Amino acid sequence: MHELLASLVVVGAGPAGLAAAAKASAAGVDVVLLDAAPAPGGQIWRARHAVAAAPVARALARLAGAGVQVLTGTRVVMALPERTLLIDGPDGAFRLHWDRLILATGARERLLPFPGWTLPGVFGAGGLQALVKGGWPIRGRRVLVAGTGPLLLAVASALRREGAQLVGIAEEAGSAALARFAAALLRQPGKGWQALQLGASLRGVPLLHGHRIVAADGDGRVQRVVLEEGGSTRTVACDALAAGWGLVPRTELGQSLGCALAPRFGADALVVDGAQRTSVPGVFAVGECAGIAGAQAAQLQGEIAGQVVANELTGAAAPPARLARRLAREHAFAAAVAATFPAPAHWADRLRDDTLVCRCEDVPWSALRDHADLRSAKLATRCGMGHCQGRLCHDTLAAVMHWPRLPVRPPLTPAPLAALLAIQDPRFSIEETST
Amino acid sequence: MKVAIDGRAVDVRTGTLVAAAIELAAPGVGARLSPSGSRRQPLCGMGVCGECRVTVDGRAHTLGCQTLCTEGMEIRTDA
Repeated sequence: MHELLASLVVVGAGPAGLAAAAKASAAGVDVVLLDAAPAPGGQIWRARHAVAAAPVARALARLAGAGVQVLTGTRVVMALPERTLLIDGPDGAFRLHWDRLILATGARERLLPFPGWTLPGVFGAGGLQALVKGGWPIRGRRVLVAGTGPLLLAVASALRREGAQLVGIAEEAGSAALARFAAALLRQPGKGWQALQLGASLRGVPLLHGHRIVAADGDGRVQRVVLEEGGSTRTVACDALAAGWGLVPRTELGQSLGCALAPRFGADALVVDGAQRTSVPGVFAVGECAGIAGAQAAQLQGEIAGQVVANELTGAAAPPARLARRLAREHAFAAAVAATFPAPAHWADRLRDDTLVCRCEDVPWSALRDHADLRSAKLATRCGMGHCQGRLCHDTLAAVMHWPRLPVRPPLTPAPLAALLAIQDPRFSIEETST
Repeated sequence: MKVAIDGRAVDVRTGTLVAAAIELAAPGVGARLSPSGSRRQPLCGMGVCGECRVTVDGRAHTLGCQTLCTEGMEIRTDA
């Protein structure tokens, strides 16, 4: 079991984490940058067929020049006492000691259960895009994109470029909300242009606003999806359904460190101040884990945090005020997105008795709805005790039943027992903390 | 490069995820069997849901959506 020590550890190598590592290392701070994926970039800059996106290639060149250690395929198993993380990577587990920690853990899609969602061929919207970048065959396949949020359009455009046949985009937001959003979008110089390009790339694709998924259906895999609008239904034939209802900040590591959480831009996020400091000394949060605000905000936040850390450790210059001004504009836009594309309400109405809420352990809605709280549901049904550790089903139940979430418990990710045995810390008892 | 999926050799491009290789080899077959026996395919594509779990070179519960194919890799969906 080896140990690693760095003045700054950055967890997550998406736009926020790359920017933070670049800023801090340029000022002479020694940095270790981790990411669970096989290559840096995060979701939005994910490599396509192993070719890095241009901004990632540029960032990595800068990081290499500054001596940053970039560790991919590497996950944080848990936080240990005294500014230490237990890490599991391709070469086994190790302890990583930090003086400053920047969390750039990103977001996951809000994936909600509906009848038929366990059929092969049903994907998260961003999930399908990620798989396609990794070689998942999509050319010539009929794809329906559905749910809510601007990500749906970006995913649809990307899938079309890869040769998918888009049979429709079903957006739950109604036409009035979308018109207000479009007007706000066009007032933003850079974003208006992006939106027009996106619109052009989707020419000819049916955009079904105010439509929501009722069910996916098919023999062994998805073959059709039933949509509903104002009481009338229609059936769309397809080979794949890419569904998502916005993004949820990945806050588990921050929570396990004791960082405060509060709603921001439509979902619980790590609370930060203007310097991206969380409520825990030495711990910063940047990008989507501090509130869903997009890649530009993530980069700005990363730059700010990287420069604040460099300022604290080496006396380098503090971040200039123009970064905060640009960030404020991005945050105003994020608030507009959250208002236009809220997480759906009354989701229980969309569940049938036999709809599997917990996919890991196959627990249907009928077995869950009569419980008093999450703990009771979990102990009686194993809901949330499978591989995803409740990331999906507890999100759903917390929203549908208004149940408080259970505290985050280590390990944060399923890890081999050898990794847990590698803690070797007498102050830390596995018996006390494992579930 | 060549990988073996349930003992069958398959040619894949560099940068292909294990999850994608399985779909290329046998469309719709999927990765994991749920506790009640239904066949699942990856859902989240980013290492959260665990529906893509397979055995890779003897390592059970490997996430197919977070693992790139390497030459000679042995992937099992039936373990």
